[in-house]
Amino acid sequence: MSRTWIDFAYLIAAICLIVAIKRLSHPRTARSGNLIGAVGMAIAVGATFAIEEIDQYWLILVGIAVGSVIGVASARLVRMTAVPQMVALFNGVGGGAAALIAAAEFHRIAPFSGRIRTEELIGILFSALVGSVSFWGSLVAFGKLQDLVPGRPIVFPAQNAINAVLGVSLVGLIALTTVTENGVWLVLLMVGALVLGVLFVLPIGGADMPVVISLLNAFTGLAAASTGFVLDNTALIIGGTLVGASGTLLTILMGRAMGRPLRQTLFGAFGAAPAGAVAAAAAASGDGNVRTASADDIAFMLAYARRVVFVPGYGLAVAQAQHDVRNLADLLLEKGVDVRYAIHPVAGRMPGHMNVLLAEANVPYDELFEMEQINPEFPQTDVVVVVGANDVVNPAARNQPGNPIYGMPILDVDRAHNVVVIKRSLSPGFAGVDNPLFYDPKTVMLFDDAKAALEKLVASIKNV
Amino acid sequence: MRDSRGGAGIDRQLVAELTVFALAVFLGFELISKVPTMLHTPLMSGTNAIHGIVLIGAMLIAGTADSTLEQVLAFIAVVFGTINIVGGFLVTDRMLEMFKERRRDEDETDRE
Repeated sequence: MSRTWIDFAYLIAAICLIVAIKRLSHPRTARSGNLIGAVGMAIAVGATFAIEEIDQYWLILVGIAVGSVIGVASARLVRMTAVPQMVALFNGVGGGAAALIAAAEFHRIAPFSGRIRTEELIGILFSALVGSVSFWGSLVAFGKLQDLVPGRPIVFPAQNAINAVLGVSLVGLIALTTVTENGVWLVLLMVGALVLGVLFVLPIGGADMPVVISLLNAFTGLAAASTGFVLDNTALIIGGTLVGASGTLLTILMGRAMGRPLRQTLFGAFGAAPAGAVAAAAAASGDGNVRTASADDIAFMLAYARRVVFVPGYGLAVAQAQHDVRNLADLLLEKGVDVRYAIHPVAGRMPGHMNVLLAEANVPYDELFEMEQINPEFPQTDVVVVVGANDVVNPAARNQPGNPIYGMPILDVDRAHNVVVIKRSLSPGFAGVDNPLFYDPKTVMLFDDAKAALEKLVASIKNV
Repeated sequence: MRDSRGGAGIDRQLVAELTVFALAVFLGFELISKVPTMLHTPLMSGTNAIHGIVLIGAMLIAGTADSTLEQVLAFIAVVFGTINIVGGFLVTDRMLEMFKERRRDEDETDRE
């Protein structure tokens, strides 16, 4: 196949990718959009095989085979609750690939020292730096979501000074590599990028991970685009840039949905407030006592309520209790209770997480209410049942200036007449801050796994 | 591979590539300007799969690598890029599959 036809195939592939992103942003067309993206990718990869300069097919084919097995296995076997960290990993390896390409290309052209084009060198350095930051940052994000690394923000003394020194060193290394064209500096640059990627994500709290992953996603896109400049490949430039640009906007939109400006998320050291202050605030909000209730008591309360609102959270996802909450809701509906679900935009660990789960349980669409719709309704709600949610119903976000989550929009469940919280323990949520709601006199706690608790409630309701 | 014909050292191919880049930046912003919250995660996951196009770069390097070091680096890059693409599209499809199930359910309710 001639180079012209290959470029034409790349054009078709690029159009597929553009259409894919367009369709992915509308609910009805999203799934077909994803498929079109995959087709575009297949076209691009197929066309690349036809490029004349490529020999060593075995190296590529074995690599693709190994990658496919790992990719299929991890995407198929992962539980729905672990999807966020899987996305982080997939993003990380993309960034890692860009960095490795940069390193290999540098090694290839190094013997031509003195005749290397400046723009190629800049492209290599950019891919190496940004790709590595994305790789290591994604690994830390994965670790945080997988509980391998503590989810709460990790801060250390002189953080800003260390980051400043690191930043200056990286700029110095870029300059040194450009001037000397010596690979040693490139290796040091990639080590520096490792440190930067880790230090960048460590101080950010677990609750903000989706935003961070989205930002790293945009980084990887730009790193890929940069390899496109190095290798003179327009398909790479278009694909990478589209993700870089749309990923940046998506990051901003996500931050807005969480009510947190991006700058605050990235540099605000979310949750870094001294633990003493939070504990004191919690103590001040009540007498520190927690009321518990049996499933029978709560079932009675629910059965005689006029309106019940369910607030699902990550605990529901972990326990896979979406069908049980639906069963309970159906029983209450039969009894004439007005049942609704309040969906916080970032409940769970990813925006839209709860919509996906409840959709799986076939919860009717008109029973789902967004935060803005449902908040004015809480004062007229008899019972709110919080199932495994924590930070998104924490009133500290509304009335405790200085609290790390202050300013985040929350579901005002504390304005309802009664609150039932189903939770395994009093442990703090993802943001790592205590929740005064649990100590509120009108709150009762049901300490149990979400699924077990809901099953008990269903059994009790049938006896009421 | 590069055609550098142009006046006074200006690299025409670089300018053409920068043109494509600039247009893609604007297009990327335009494409997702109106996206509902519930699609944020699938959209992130889908675009995540799309930057797996870096696999093409890995293939170009792997196919022309002549030292062992380059071959090793390129091989890992091919594996990484493939995981990014295959895993990314599959996991996005799994997420979106759930939206589809409910729609079918709704359609049935409508017919009833």
